[in-house]
Amino acid sequence: MGEDAESSKINHTFLRDYVTEADVISTVEFNQTGDLLATGDKGGRVVIFQRETESKGEAEEAGETGDSGEYNVYSTFQSHEPDFDYLKSLEIEEKINKIRWLPQQNAAHFLLSTNDKTIKLWKVSERDKRPEGYNLKDEEGRLKDISTITSLQVPVLKPTDLMVEVRPRRVFSNGHTYHVNSISVNSDGETYLSADDLRINMWHLGITDRSFNIVDIKPANMEDLTEVITAAEFHPHHCHLFVYSSSKGTLRLCDMRASALCDKHTKLFEEPEDPGNRSFFSEIISSVSDVKFSHSGRYLLTRDYLTAKVWDLNMDKGPVETYQVHEYLRSKLCSLYENDCIFDKFECVWNSSDSVIMTGAYNSFFRMFDRETGRGVTLEAWRESSKPRAVLRTRRVYTGGKRRRGDVGVDSLDFTKKILHMAWHPSENIIAIAATNNLYIFQDRVNPDTQTQ
Amino acid sequence: MFPKGTKRKFSDSGEEPVSAGDQVPPAAPSVAARTLTSSYSLQRQSLLDMSLIKLQLCHMLVEPNLCRSVLIANTVRQIQEEMTQDGTWQIMTQALAAAQCPADRLVATEVLCRQTDAAAQAGQSPKPFSVVGLEEGYHAEEVVMEGDVETEVTMSTLSPVSPQLSSASYLAGPFGMGPCWEEEEEDGECEEDEEEDSEECVSEGEEADRDHLSADSRTGEQVFGTFEIKHPAPPPDPALEELFSDVDPSYYDLDTVLTGMQSAPKMGPYDLLESLSSHGPTTLSSSSSCRSDLNELDHIMEIIVGS
Repeated sequence: MGEDAESSKINHTFLRDYVTEADVISTVEFNQTGDLLATGDKGGRVVIFQRETESKGEAEEAGETGDSGEYNVYSTFQSHEPDFDYLKSLEIEEKINKIRWLPQQNAAHFLLSTNDKTIKLWKVSERDKRPEGYNLKDEEGRLKDISTITSLQVPVLKPTDLMVEVRPRRVFSNGHTYHVNSISVNSDGETYLSADDLRINMWHLGITDRSFNIVDIKPANMEDLTEVITAAEFHPHHCHLFVYSSSKGTLRLCDMRASALCDKHTKLFEEPEDPGNRSFFSEIISSVSDVKFSHSGRYLLTRDYLTAKVWDLNMDKGPVETYQVHEYLRSKLCSLYENDCIFDKFECVWNSSDSVIMTGAYNSFFRMFDRETGRGVTLEAWRESSKPRAVLRTRRVYTGGKRRRGDVGVDSLDFTKKILHMAWHPSENIIAIAATNNLYIFQDRVNPDTQTQ
Repeated sequence: MFPKGTKRKFSDSGEEPVSAGDQVPPAAPSVAARTLTSSYSLQRQSLLDMSLIKLQLCHMLVEPNLCRSVLIANTVRQIQEEMTQDGTWQIMTQALAAAQCPADRLVATEVLCRQTDAAAQAGQSPKPFSVVGLEEGYHAEEVVMEGDVETEVTMSTLSPVSPQLSSASYLAGPFGMGPCWEEEEEDGECEEDEEEDSEECVSEGEEADRDHLSADSRTGEQVFGTFEIKHPAPPPDPALEELFSDVDPSYYDLDTVLTGMQSAPKMGPYDLLESLSSHGPTTLSSSSSCRSDLNELDHIMEIIVGS
């Protein structure tokens, strides 16, 4: 398929560069409406951004139509603290590995955040009124001297400045021996799964002292361990189906109706190895770093080191589409193994209509692939080369042939600038890209709504 | 794993893929070794060394990345299998078998090292070791990477101390390391000398009697100092020096013992590193000198454990 073709039909406008604290962002997630965007960082903090609508506050001067608004900080809280495992004498990082929003049921918002060991349910609620006129307490809350009270009054709710309260509602701890890499909320709205390297547990959102183990691939003898779980997700519509990926590049679709312990997959998705490309690194680069169901629930998107693949749930023999993210790195695998970059875990996302997929790369590049045309485009999330509201120009990595101006050579790629985490708005063409400690939000001004794409 | 006659490529920047197709009859192992192009075997060798180093490095403070460790171990296993197929592994096997004696491990290692010259060119490895024996290595962690936002990592030098570990454990067969993965207590093997974080960790973990190691080497040494093996410092191999920091191998043994596992000292990787020292001249002299110390260590360990 043609790659890196400059696509003129997609015009991206750089809205603003949000700089979080110095810490590195480790996860990004929109909620179901896209009005809220949560980021987690290595310091255990969660920052929630809220999209400004025109009805709220002053409309921007840029003259955009519709309700496209900017994202501003809504709330910040410390989700996880550094912990210490006294038994193993090791620290437990407070880094937020994943954030997942619950479907909204009332005025409050709920999200799950997890570090390596503990998952927490947070309630985010607004308070814009407060009662005034207590009889027994004065304005500062101190108890009044009863003898001074001569009449009774009814407290009245008065509007105040908006306050966002975030409270932990549940703490799901001691469920995992190994590092939690994924959490996924079930479509039933009551349960969620958490996956670590060797096990997947299913929790009820209301019960913190128990969880069901639904997958366990820990061998009886740890010496025989050759494969770990790398990601897991519930099906978006079928509450009994979930998928998990492994370090050997396999995907397993499991049906919880079949048995309590889903060690036996319902379907195994695996692509036969290409003997021509075999090397010592074949297994490592086949390890799936992320798996995502399409919004339709029909397809799976996976990311391994060099490619992004789309799988049809009905066909387990191999992917239906394969996109080369940075094939030019294939000859550099030894160096990438040496500096550990080969173990980087890139995420991948679908757009709202499942017609475009996106994933990250190095040098602050990220790639978008149009599934209909098969074409890919390379974009850059780098403050120096972008100004707010500027149009993102496409980039290209020079791999031979005619060299154009602006092409970047493979050897000049900065491997410390990796785009691992990203999110796509659930209904609009707005993307959030985490680049180390910066969050970039891009919006498609030309085609803001996916329906018109 | 690897169908015979398949053209194998070794991915490396600028390197040509090497074809080492036909299976060489084991009857002439040296011939087998030589039929592999030296560049391929060197590449494979360096990959094996690199992998072992990665497994050994410990990120002392945080639990290691299991996925990464598994992938590296699988790579090592793959190389080992290929070397077995090529017959290069068998050379080492024969050398070791010939040198069996009561203190078999130790002698074998020495023999191994003596034979290293002949074996080195062929890029051999010691007799098949269960990669699983690298368990402790699984806590081994991130390699120093430029610009890495993670905590800086010290690599352990292949100090004179380390060879004794190798001599201890390289033997194939059950290593009895079962719980290594799970119990990740073993994580505490490698030390980091001047880790700022390790000092914090030390303050928290002053329980010196814990069955695995604290992050701070100094604390560890206070506790386990008696087991530290002193060696005359061999001329440091510059390449290895920069990769490793001091590692007290007694940790491994102590850990093994205290976690209730067989006291077969582990550290397959170290002996591999040693024997694969076609690149490193240091190990030869050092290994022979640690034999007696390892004997001492075993003795001490037995007393401590009372096993």
